[in-house]
Amino acid sequence: MFYYSIKIFLVGVFLIFFGGILSLLFWRKQKLSILVGTLGAVSGSILGLIPAIKVLLSGGKESLYIAWSIPFGAFFVEIDAISAFFLLCIFILSIITAIYGSRYLLEYKNKSLAKAIFFFNVLISSMAMVVVSANGMLFLICWEIMSIASFFLVTFEDEHKHVRQAGIVYLIATHIGTAFLLVMFILLGRESNSLDFDKFAAIKLLPSSMASIIFILSLVGFGTKAGLVPFHIWLPEAHPAAPSHVSALMSGVMIKTGIYGIIRVLTFLPNPPLWWGWLLIIVGAVSGVIGVLFALAQHDIKRLLAYHSVENIGIITMGLGLGVVGINSGSQILAILGFGGAILHILNHALFKGLLFLGAGSVVSAAGTREIDELGGLGKNMFVTSVTFLIGAVAICGIPPLNGFISEFLIYTGSFKGLITKQLDLAAVSIIIIGSLALIGGLALACFTKVYGIVFLGEPRSKHAMNVQESSMIMLVPMIILAALCVFIGLFSSITINWLKQCISQIAGIGPDVVSSQILPLSNILIKVSFAAFCLFAAIAILLFIRKKMLSAEKVSIAPTWDCGYAKPDARMQYTASSFAQPLVDTFKMILRTRKITEPIKDLFPVEGQFESSTPEVSRDYLFNPIFRVIYLLLGRLRWLQGGNIQLYILYIALTLIALIIWKLR
Amino acid sequence: MLIEFMMIFLTLVNLIILSTSRLSTCIKVIAFQGIILGVLPVAGGQFDIQLVIFSIIAISVKAILFPSMLLRTLSQLNIHREKKPYVGYGMSLLIGLGAIVLSWWISKNLPLTITPANSAVLPVSIFTAFVGLYLIITRKMALTQVIGYLIFENGIYMFGVILPQKQPLLVELAVLLDAFVAVFVMGITIFHISREFDHIETDQLSTLRS
Repeated sequence: MFYYSIKIFLVGVFLIFFGGILSLLFWRKQKLSILVGTLGAVSGSILGLIPAIKVLLSGGKESLYIAWSIPFGAFFVEIDAISAFFLLCIFILSIITAIYGSRYLLEYKNKSLAKAIFFFNVLISSMAMVVVSANGMLFLICWEIMSIASFFLVTFEDEHKHVRQAGIVYLIATHIGTAFLLVMFILLGRESNSLDFDKFAAIKLLPSSMASIIFILSLVGFGTKAGLVPFHIWLPEAHPAAPSHVSALMSGVMIKTGIYGIIRVLTFLPNPPLWWGWLLIIVGAVSGVIGVLFALAQHDIKRLLAYHSVENIGIITMGLGLGVVGINSGSQILAILGFGGAILHILNHALFKGLLFLGAGSVVSAAGTREIDELGGLGKNMFVTSVTFLIGAVAICGIPPLNGFISEFLIYTGSFKGLITKQLDLAAVSIIIIGSLALIGGLALACFTKVYGIVFLGEPRSKHAMNVQESSMIMLVPMIILAALCVFIGLFSSITINWLKQCISQIAGIGPDVVSSQILPLSNILIKVSFAAFCLFAAIAILLFIRKKMLSAEKVSIAPTWDCGYAKPDARMQYTASSFAQPLVDTFKMILRTRKITEPIKDLFPVEGQFESSTPEVSRDYLFNPIFRVIYLLLGRLRWLQGGNIQLYILYIALTLIALIIWKLR
Repeated sequence: MLIEFMMIFLTLVNLIILSTSRLSTCIKVIAFQGIILGVLPVAGGQFDIQLVIFSIIAISVKAILFPSMLLRTLSQLNIHREKKPYVGYGMSLLIGLGAIVLSWWISKNLPLTITPANSAVLPVSIFTAFVGLYLIITRKMALTQVIGYLIFENGIYMFGVILPQKQPLLVELAVLLDAFVAVFVMGITIFHISREFDHIETDQLSTLRS
């Protein structure tokens, strides 16, 4: 019975991988290839969910240790409550995106789909292995497989130049991140003489400069994958380039493996100093605000969603920071609320960001463009897409009845608890969190009002948006399921938070019983929130009913919404996305540095005018490009080493070897 | 005593390779090296049937098969001398002397877990490997590079012979097979290169890169 769960899990991972291999083998028969790949992913993920849910609810650990011939490596996998929680997110979203992808991929005509299915399945299985690996070597191997698989998915449409560029940016970013992780594992291994995670935890590294270096390395290394500012530059490139179901999976769960890494490292380092919490909160606040601001200025719907991932990762990191501050100051409720809010937001973000990317995919496949300003009026023909997208949008903005509100509510509550203590530093931390969360929430609301309003309401702005067709049921059902999950967590939040008890207790290092007792008053508040949400839904239902009753007697005719007294109204007269966002974008022009090309109208009877705006990535232009330029210049001086002559290269090798021998035997 | 003589011969033979431009001389020297190396396992005086068989195989591959293949390639190519190496022959000889000193110094300081049967074998094996590497680095002809590869391989082979109890003969045989395949492939490749480009100088081949 001992290895029972872990074996089910490994069989599930193998099934997913095997499905990918089969789909490669059947690459000639497109339908069959997609079918076996998707079946493998779905069945394997369902199998994998069983041990994940079991461990998440009951706590405890399940592990399997097999020795390995690689130095310091071991096939050591362990499912504890933290892994189980991440497995839950990974497998739920994988099932849904795999089903969606099986239909969505058919949009790519004249392309070999088998490789997309294969790498998709490899991505799922490697993500699952990353969060259960309990050995540094195994972890890094799975981490690299995950990066490579997602790279091939991002570059799926490699015939386009911008896709290839996005792929290169992603590849460079992820490898720089891994370099930091490599150093971090080496340092941890030096401290504990092993690369097994249980040894890392056992040494109880005290707060010291070494612990801090390890923490910083993990924050940079894992933060690159997670998309923390300023290491987020690959996100807005890679997500629009990838197929939509891949963006959903990458944004929904793959970037969360970075957060998993930070959490895991925090469990290795007990007694964190206060400034770690400060650092996490400030990095999180900056990521959140910058992410949502840049999202506001984007014109590409998937690029916009990618920036929202940066924003939400920021919120999660703030939650983690609050938890760290809680541990440091000995305040259990603060730690529980901070970590609890963070991990609930991880789950929530996986659900609603998955939903939004799938919705964007549905829009893109129907209209054939990602430009928000070319869309419009899609809600009339694509009812299900528009309603589910609306649910996702409301959830991501953190508006009450849905799940996004609950997790932000936990972090808010924690911050207010910090505020009412008489400690000055806690109060300062809390004010930063409350302020930035409020700012983020408001800007996110503006951003999604823009997206939803421009894309789904109004009249079509171009011929792309005319005569669109609703997507097929295979694509809609996954979206409906995700929307339903968002509503469920929103309505039954007190139950959900109880399911996460074991996970919170493990991260915070507080016993599960204490967590239960601390959560109890919170549950009571959440029940009231749920009650209010039910009332809201009831009110909406009653209003809809009344409207229907009142209209049933009248004759209903459909007319243009508002033609402003124009004799010949035109769809191009509508409000555009960039004009909607313009006041806010101008307010923050210090940060955004939006470039505008205008040809203003001069005469009374204007003939021609032009306006164009673009918001390039600031940290890429002002931070990374200069750094890389300097590196390029410095390394350019070494170019004479690269003669292109094979004899010269052998000479280098020979001289190095001889020098090493002499140095060692000296 | 016999082994010491063999080692002196090997050292001199290596110096000949460094200072000659004639490709046919190089190939003959390799054949000679192959004979000495083949005899080396049984030169210690113990007549194990396994060792004798191994020695026969080594001689037939190293002293007969390789040189005859190389000579055949040479006759097809209509080339007899190495043209302008990167380092001149006189200088090569001086560097070779330096390499002898270096390899004796290395073998004196090299910590070995077992003592070799004869103290002269280790430095000569290192020296032979150096010479092979040196040929690969400084000569331009593709054929000379194959010769350099073979000499390098001989050096490693000698190192393996010193430690017979550590390294099973099966491994040696596998290495021999690898070398055989490599020479075979390289011989064919050189022939095709020369037919295609009218020369086998590797420095000019690097312009093929796009």
